[in-house]
Amino acid sequence: MLSFNQKINIFKTASLCRNFEEETFKHVKDKKIKIPIYLSAGQEYISSTISNLTQELKINPLIFGQHRCHSIYISFGGNISKLINELLGSSQGCTYGMGGSASIHSKKINMYGHDGHMGTQAPIGVGACFASKKPTIVFLGDASAEEDYVLGALGWASTKNLPIVFIIEDNNLSILTKKKIRRNWHMHDVGKAFKIKSYDIKDNPEEIYKHKSKFFKQPLLLNINTNRIFWHSGAGQDSDKTFDRHKNEMKKLGKKAEDIDQNNKKKIAKLWQNHLEKQLKR
Amino acid sequence: MAKSLRETIKEITRTHLRRNKGIVLGQCLTAVGWVGGTLPKLYEKDGMIELSMADVAGGGIVVGAGLMGKRPIYVIRYQGFNWYNAPIILNYACKSKEIWKVPCPILIRGIAMEGGIGPVAGSSHHSLYFRMPGITIFSPMSPQEYKFIYKYFLKNDDVIYVSEHRSSFDNTLALTDKLHGRCDIVIFAISITRFEVTEVKKMLKKKNINIGVANIFWIKPFKIKSLWIDKLKKSKYGGLVLDDDYDSGIAKSIANDLNLKSGKKVFTLGLKNKSAGASKQKDNLPPSSKEIIKKIESIIALITKK
Repeated sequence: MLSFNQKINIFKTASLCRNFEEETFKHVKDKKIKIPIYLSAGQEYISSTISNLTQELKINPLIFGQHRCHSIYISFGGNISKLINELLGSSQGCTYGMGGSASIHSKKINMYGHDGHMGTQAPIGVGACFASKKPTIVFLGDASAEEDYVLGALGWASTKNLPIVFIIEDNNLSILTKKKIRRNWHMHDVGKAFKIKSYDIKDNPEEIYKHKSKFFKQPLLLNINTNRIFWHSGAGQDSDKTFDRHKNEMKKLGKKAEDIDQNNKKKIAKLWQNHLEKQLKR
Repeated sequence: MAKSLRETIKEITRTHLRRNKGIVLGQCLTAVGWVGGTLPKLYEKDGMIELSMADVAGGGIVVGAGLMGKRPIYVIRYQGFNWYNAPIILNYACKSKEIWKVPCPILIRGIAMEGGIGPVAGSSHHSLYFRMPGITIFSPMSPQEYKFIYKYFLKNDDVIYVSEHRSSFDNTLALTDKLHGRCDIVIFAISITRFEVTEVKKMLKKKNINIGVANIFWIKPFKIKSLWIDKLKKSKYGGLVLDDDYDSGIAKSIANDLNLKSGKKVFTLGLKNKSAGASKQKDNLPPSSKEIIKKIESIIALITKK
């Protein structure tokens, strides 16, 4: 069972991510952001929970993600100003204006950028883990997990018994194509076939924390079912009936969480405003 | 006795693993042939890492090791396998320094051979790497050239593609340019064609045609020697680039560079524009001395006619 403090800590991180994405959504809509944007709102409870978990383990893992990675970056302590700069196309951005939304990178938090080919972070993360022997987390979507080279990477990680965790952020969608149309198998079954401890769970922090003791001992695969609130790319909403973990947790945690969320909202809005004003002056 | 290229690569690999604590990765390395005798008999505990047969993933794993600064040497047993091994190297490792300011030094050993081995395993495929920014390409055919590459690899943080050829592994000699006197035509030879050209020079000398020979070892960035341009400018019939890959790639690109620098026509001759079959009649081999001479004679006829 997670304590109230643990839940609040996870909420703080998730709330920062959510408010960042909601503010970003506004600026995509008003066309202040001119590059393709992949918002992670709805999925932030995964990276928020895992970053808190690794903090408790006192481990700073190598992190490999792909697009829809703003929440991963923020959860693990990436500099938010630099992320805003990146989305505004500035050379002061976390990826020097080269990566945009899809290829976030930060040496400070050991987060490696992504090349744009879905799933390449799996073999690259496995190779990095093997060569460095450092604890490693590879974040994948349910669609990128289907890439053939991801399967090859899983097999080799298992063969070499690496201290690596594969997190599948399973929002059930590849753009708008549902999983059941694309495949008749499940990632946790594939993981098990490769002799990797694999589980199919929800993005509920309690469920994720149940696997804490298995982190970085040997390969672990968590297929975490979650929900994407906004479109695959850009500013729009697929459905207003989507379950929202963030709102649900805030309701459960009460006033303290609401206050944290309000503060984050103001903080992020101000930060964005400052950057947009600076951009206008340039 | 001078060391062969095979022995030189083996010695360099041993140094890389033992002294420089690097790693070597690839498929079926520790099998019977030890990749044509170029690998020392070392195992995983020494840094000789067997990958699974998942080619694309294997390339990605090597990239991850490169990001961690392990300076991996990646052995690709047949250059044609690059079509599956290269994607993550080209799209991630080659761009990493420019996009994320994170160098990813890797030395890729692509080994060519041909003759009865069909459309995938045969020939050089270095043009596949050529168009991507962020890569350095060499094609060494002598022990001296290989030693140069290894030193370069340790001093720099580039992704390096080394286009090797099994038929050169027994070579002990340095290959030098032969650009004496006024050349009728200058041949720029890449990979295994560098050996064939020696025979061509001898045969054409008997017909009073003086061939200049320039060895292209450093393919990308293409380093043009001023002597090459000088000899090209003064040549009667221009130049000819020879390659063990299809000529619609590196050969034509180099020919274009030489043409722009010299103002002379530079022709190309590489693999024929067809798939290689496994039988002798259907194979697609690098230009033979006979074919090169035929090409040169056709160039002379063409230029003289004008």
